[in-house]
Amino acid sequence: MADMREPIESGCPDPWQYMHPTMRKNFGQWKYHEHPRPGVLRHVAYSGDEIWTVKAGTQRILDVFTLRKLCDIGDQFADGFIHFTLRSNIEYMVNDGAKVEPLIKALEDAGFIVGGTQNSVAMISHTQGWLHCDIPGTDASGVVKSMMDELIDEFRNANMPNRVHITTSCCQINCGGQGDIAINIQHTKPPKINHDLVANVCERPSVVARCPVAAIRPAMVNGRPSLEVDERKCICCGACYPPCPPMQINDAEHSKLAIWVGGNHSNARGKPTFQKLVAAGIPNNPPRWPEATAIVKRILKAYKEGARDWERVNEWIERIGWPRFFEEVELPFTKYHIDTWRGARASFNSSNYIRF
Amino acid sequence: MAIQKHNTPMLDQLEAGPWPSFISGIKRLRDQHPDPRINETINDMLGQLEHSYETRKGYWKGGTVSVFGYGGGIIPRFSEVSKAFPKSKEFHTVRVQPPAGNHYSTAMLRQLGDTWEKYGSGLVTFHGQTGNIMFIGVDTPSTQHFFDEINSYGWDLGGAGPCVRTAMSCVGAARCEMSCTNELKLHRLLVNNFTDDVHRPALPYKFKFKVSGCGNDCQNAIERADFAVLGTWRDDMKVDQAEVKAYVADKGRQYYIDNVVTRCPTQALALNDDDTLAVNNRNCVRCMHCLNVMPKALHPGDDKGVTVLIGGKRTLKIGDLMGTVLVPFKKLETEEDYEEIVELAGNIIDFWAENGLEHERCGEMIERIGLANFLEGLGIDPEPNMLSHPRQSSYIRMDGWDEAAEAWFERQAEAGK
Repeated sequence: MADMREPIESGCPDPWQYMHPTMRKNFGQWKYHEHPRPGVLRHVAYSGDEIWTVKAGTQRILDVFTLRKLCDIGDQFADGFIHFTLRSNIEYMVNDGAKVEPLIKALEDAGFIVGGTQNSVAMISHTQGWLHCDIPGTDASGVVKSMMDELIDEFRNANMPNRVHITTSCCQINCGGQGDIAINIQHTKPPKINHDLVANVCERPSVVARCPVAAIRPAMVNGRPSLEVDERKCICCGACYPPCPPMQINDAEHSKLAIWVGGNHSNARGKPTFQKLVAAGIPNNPPRWPEATAIVKRILKAYKEGARDWERVNEWIERIGWPRFFEEVELPFTKYHIDTWRGARASFNSSNYIRF
Repeated sequence: MAIQKHNTPMLDQLEAGPWPSFISGIKRLRDQHPDPRINETINDMLGQLEHSYETRKGYWKGGTVSVFGYGGGIIPRFSEVSKAFPKSKEFHTVRVQPPAGNHYSTAMLRQLGDTWEKYGSGLVTFHGQTGNIMFIGVDTPSTQHFFDEINSYGWDLGGAGPCVRTAMSCVGAARCEMSCTNELKLHRLLVNNFTDDVHRPALPYKFKFKVSGCGNDCQNAIERADFAVLGTWRDDMKVDQAEVKAYVADKGRQYYIDNVVTRCPTQALALNDDDTLAVNNRNCVRCMHCLNVMPKALHPGDDKGVTVLIGGKRTLKIGDLMGTVLVPFKKLETEEDYEEIVELAGNIIDFWAENGLEHERCGEMIERIGLANFLEGLGIDPEPNMLSHPRQSSYIRMDGWDEAAEAWFERQAEAGK
């Protein structure tokens, strides 16, 4: 232990030193912005200074070669500063409009995709998947790569009624977050328990406590302490799997994809909303997941054609009604769409509001 | 010695198509990196990933890995199939806190990249969903060396496990005219006052701070943060009537009425006969829609501050929870103002640490004990902005009604109302 170094608990670093000088100079003094073309924003400060931002999509999981390529572009065309967005896009800032086109060309020549601004389909925010997570039902990076290949024109352009945030998540914890469209793993069967391992690997009382529907109880199986699941109560959430890996929830055949719509983080025009289930039972089909992409494209097409300017997906559906939504996207409505969770009653229609 | 490359026919299919391919990038590390350690590690990691694609299962397991002095910040990953893929049998992720607002110089990114390839796999993500820089793939001994080096030039680990997590904030005042607060300063003050709780997980569960500069909430703070801060203002919004007229002239009255006036959630807008905009500021809820549509014409007012919401989180165990308004408006100007909001965060964390159950988020605890009890525990007075509407159920004991009503009038009198 003698050579162990005490950490410096510096916490979150000061961004001031890494901020583009024009942004530092005009901090808190911005007046308005414009959207000269997809992928580009022009912000104007009260001082008269301008900053042009060029946004680009990347593969998100960067190798050091790609990281250095992005830095080279930043050094050569964008004053050596970079900003990352919440959705892992890279942004370069320049204070002269003439520098924008060469920067775009450099990015596109290097294979990056300029776009993702305003009413585009933004980069899909996603989780780690098989590459690195300990409980993944799928590989979010692969789903995202496959989907962005198909949605690339909607990223490059800004032709949607409003912005569309898509997320993917490799389990129902939904680390990818709420989205206008969310593609998440949905387990359909209770966990398969390896009773030989439970006693040694799992802290049984905390696994019992973890279950949201009290379906897990201690049991002796083959003379060894283990856990058992009341399969009629189990809601297949997978919450027992992280603290107890012998309770395998992932299943090559029965872990499916589900699609949720209408999550909206913004307060604009209405309070923030959570996403709602629209499709399930979609095959978890690597390496390209074509079935999930096909449904996402149907939803996007109906939204693009049917929504009014500024309507997010949730607002569009609220206006046209859920029956018409299911009709337009040609998805089945089932008893599984009826909520069973706490507060479910608030989602029932207690009025004569029926569209004919 | 050339490595025996694993066949990856399924992953190879992710190299086709126009979007940049993470598989191609990973293969570059296998095929072109000068360090054989990286070539071999990445080769086996790719082999395991292909195996996952074939069998539709994940093969990483957690464990216990940390750096000296800390209890968290590393996501340990041990392979369950290390016999077949031994070089990547330990493939931990190091979570590192980004600068507030995610600003970087290329020089600093290069320095981080250089250190990372000395010890790790060469794979990195800006940023994971909790907001950390994710340095993906390092073995146990090198974890300490990597941390020591980046820590010596200004970088610290983020949170993992039941602790205060890495915070997030929008680009805000650095580049956005909608910004109503100094997001970066508040982000750093909040999280850096709890570094002990970041590095030594000892709370009931995770606790997240997120700061958005306005109601557009680009950080998804209300949906995702235990402690969400949104910028707002309480005086009148600024209207440049000449710009309003220019907008109406450009887009037409019909478009203007359909997309601005009638889209206001509280009907606080009207178009005057001379094509100027009338705003009922008393009824405006600062939703940001009309400012988004006309960023040249409309701006937040001058009397800016923040709203604090508590208890947002995603689904487990009791369903999704949005944050609940705890502080409708707070000025953030003086150092004292900032100290007060940090103190509020500390009080909430302390209360939750004492009263929360294991694996129970702050919002779930509030749901269990009731908002009124939570407020009482913190010594915060109830007020109608905290609710969408008052109670519907008549079943409650109300012995203290008279005192509570009197206290309300006293508070109103104190506030000069």
